[in-house]
Amino acid sequence: MAERIVVDPITRIEGHLRIEAEIKDGKIVDAFSSSTMVRGIEEIVKGRDPRDVWAFVQRTCGVCTTVHALASVRAVEDAIGIQIPPNAEMVRNIMEGVLYMHDHVVHFYHLHALDWVDVVSALNADPAETSKIAQSISNWPKSSPGYFSDVKNRIAKFVESGQLGIFANGYWGHSQMKLPAEINLLAVAHYLEALEWQKEIVKVHTIFGGKNPHPNYLVGGMACAINTENPGGINAERLAMVGKLIKEGKEFVDQVYIPDLLAIASFYKDWGAIGKGFGNYMSYGDFPTNGYADMSNFKFLQGVILNRDLSKVHDVDHRGDQIEEFINNSWYDNYPEGQDKGRHPWEGETNIKYSGPKPPYEHLNVEEKYSFIKTPRWKGLPMEVGPLSRLLVGYGRGNKEIQEAVNAALAHLDVPVDALFSTLGRTAARGIETQLVANWTLEFYDTLLNNIKNGDERMASTENWEPETWPAECKGVGFMEAPRGALAHWIKIKDRKTDNYQLIVPSTWNASPRDPKGQRSAYESTLIDTPVADPELPLEIIRTIHSFDPCIACAVHLYDEHGNHISQVQNISSCDN
Amino acid sequence: MNSNNKSTETYYESIIKQGHSRRDFMKFAAFIAAYMGLESTMVAQVANALETTKRLPVIWEHFQECTCCSESFIRSDHPIVADIILDKISLDYTLTLMAASGHQAEAAKHKTMEENKGEYILCVEGSVPLGDDGNYCCIAGRSAKDILLEAAEGAKAIIAWGSCASSGCVQSAKPNPTNATPIHKIIKNKPIIRVPGCPPIGEVMAGIIVHVVTFGRLPELDRQGRPKAFYAKRVHDSCYRRPYFDAGLFAETFDDQNAKDGYCLYKVGCKGPLTYNSCGTIKWNNGVSYPIQSGHGCIGCSEDGFWDFGPFYERATNIPGVEGEGIADDVGKVAAGVLAGGIAVHAVAAAISKRKEVKRRITRGKENEKNIES
Repeated sequence: MAERIVVDPITRIEGHLRIEAEIKDGKIVDAFSSSTMVRGIEEIVKGRDPRDVWAFVQRTCGVCTTVHALASVRAVEDAIGIQIPPNAEMVRNIMEGVLYMHDHVVHFYHLHALDWVDVVSALNADPAETSKIAQSISNWPKSSPGYFSDVKNRIAKFVESGQLGIFANGYWGHSQMKLPAEINLLAVAHYLEALEWQKEIVKVHTIFGGKNPHPNYLVGGMACAINTENPGGINAERLAMVGKLIKEGKEFVDQVYIPDLLAIASFYKDWGAIGKGFGNYMSYGDFPTNGYADMSNFKFLQGVILNRDLSKVHDVDHRGDQIEEFINNSWYDNYPEGQDKGRHPWEGETNIKYSGPKPPYEHLNVEEKYSFIKTPRWKGLPMEVGPLSRLLVGYGRGNKEIQEAVNAALAHLDVPVDALFSTLGRTAARGIETQLVANWTLEFYDTLLNNIKNGDERMASTENWEPETWPAECKGVGFMEAPRGALAHWIKIKDRKTDNYQLIVPSTWNASPRDPKGQRSAYESTLIDTPVADPELPLEIIRTIHSFDPCIACAVHLYDEHGNHISQVQNISSCDN
Repeated sequence: MNSNNKSTETYYESIIKQGHSRRDFMKFAAFIAAYMGLESTMVAQVANALETTKRLPVIWEHFQECTCCSESFIRSDHPIVADIILDKISLDYTLTLMAASGHQAEAAKHKTMEENKGEYILCVEGSVPLGDDGNYCCIAGRSAKDILLEAAEGAKAIIAWGSCASSGCVQSAKPNPTNATPIHKIIKNKPIIRVPGCPPIGEVMAGIIVHVVTFGRLPELDRQGRPKAFYAKRVHDSCYRRPYFDAGLFAETFDDQNAKDGYCLYKVGCKGPLTYNSCGTIKWNNGVSYPIQSGHGCIGCSEDGFWDFGPFYERATNIPGVEGEGIADDVGKVAAGVLAGGIAVHAVAAAISKRKEVKRRITRGKENEKNIES
């Protein structure tokens, strides 16, 4: 007899997401993922100047800020046939690399860690022991017994005050919390350090894009003109600051994030067998080093892996008929050709038509449409996207740098390759690639400096800036690898205006409802077989969902075997005893 | 972890508990006073406020938004956000950071609402879709509108973070498919601080929180409900490139020599002349830069309806479809009567006592324009 549980809202994500899951004999046997918020940005950009669209669609997400702006300017440049100067490519790469570092660190500490780290348990830690552990895994200077003692005292006073703020009602004391108190203290200390650190690394965006979140982009290049001899442009002082910020960012990644990740993961190796899913992985490829058109020189390569078979990598084509989006389970008007038919994004439509239950509701009717997310498919198959997919595609394509990084992490944790296809694998892959990207970001920075040194100060191609120079009709695709996975925007331009615009974001691939064939997407698929120790406190669901770093607001609710809502779960925040 | 009898702890107690001395505390008070731009004689008052004020419970709702406001908030440099959420306020509900999910999260919120009725601050990030009976944004099976009405009822005041909550932002741009609606159009019986911007500057957000907890009162607002301390000046008036505007020196296109030399971006669409914000003064990310300094015009992200002002890269000669109240209307009226928009907006923001100076500038500006066009 299956018990139905719902989690809503799922916190520590971007957006509004809801998960409903059926549990039998302590394991999830079925799951439904639903996004319950819509804004209609694709409709709003219709008819607008294509050069403006990046700013509209950038507001799709303020957490992975920049990615939609970049995908958008690439789509427009692709449509019009604009090639951006090498400096602009490097600046975009640097900004994206910085985003990876920022986003992955914030995800690990502030969005994901509290699934594994018991803040209250840290109060039982011996700071001297924590210090010993910290110094054994890293050279990070803040590691004295006194330092950890101060952190412990601060947390103790905070807890004693009775106002627990963001830590209220957390999963403290849950049977699946496995870390020793000393590691918990280490992680809490670094939670606070990372919170302070993250505001520094983004200053690279501020220098090139004027602000963060939501720095400015430009069709044709970047707006931050270079002038080494003038205070009005990007000059030696600005570039030196960028270099310092990247290096400091990399230090934190190497000396805090990665050692913590490995230390914590070593206590949760059982999660290397949980959250496996269907085993198809897709990467669009990104970080061009010789122009957007030359995909063979991307740092992350494009490709698809099917059924966990790393020996064969299939090519992705964004323009042909490989990629389709379905709306059979999504709250939009059906296409006239029928609700089981998909459309390539260039032909896609976003006509909102909510047909779910009227709020307030206890649960969704998953027999009918149940989400605002559409369902994308590659050659009719569901794909998982994200850091793990990128690494697996690189691994399968024989990229030595990626193979070495992945093998080193597997050896360190002493787990088999199979452990990659899991909740643990997803979280570990995010850390592994952060180190790679940090190295690449320094390479991009050096390339930028060399270009300027060699006299190339171009930052934007403006020959095709004026709409009069554009063809009457054209279309383009702007694809990239956002921190959360494969992202692409498709634009059609007609009479110099945006005629159609469609986004398929990483969380569309991962969080979508099932397709007309009934195939589950990644969230729904990876939740299957996940053990749930206490249905009232579905920590395990949150772990797997967070391993994707969702970019939607969600909700998970709990139902009993008759579909009745399980009422108020007990408050387990008590730590007085 | 029972909080019932402990919610009255003051900042002073909290700081002392954290192992700081009275002297540390007074230094902190002096810092806060300096931060708020107060005379040194006010330090005692600040210290007093911190000693006697209860830690402020805060509920932070997320509706139709992109979370850029929360992200900006955690970018604040002074104070840093860890100090805010551990020491200054009790952030009892926020989907972005809180440990608990699902019912545990909702339970934490309801506990705070019940125990602190009339005392908590409600922060709202995001607009509320009123279209289709509110079906376009649901959390825990309830519509955003219902959630807002409930949370607002017991709130002492509401902070409408960002352009979404204060004017509707991108989702309310034409054709506004979900009827995205700002908070002040729904809640009429509570003080509402509007903090526009997409997002607002992190230090501005932190500054407003600090203001409320330090002085125990809301910041003074302008007639649009924005804190005067941060929205009294146009970006144009505080822009370091303003002398180039006055001298009639403009970038003609991106990456031309004038752009490289840091000339005014008005002709490539800068909306600084229409935009009230602190970008030119506080700047972004602890003063590193702001859009204009990094070569891109201001897109006007703190102004009502800025998405529909017209293309971002066209110069602001006319300002169509101004629907809001206040300053934006005035700009529209003046702009209609004057040929060169950049000059027109000069006139708008200047106080009446500066009329002469404005006239002089308009004349000079027109001359400059002529010289450029010819």
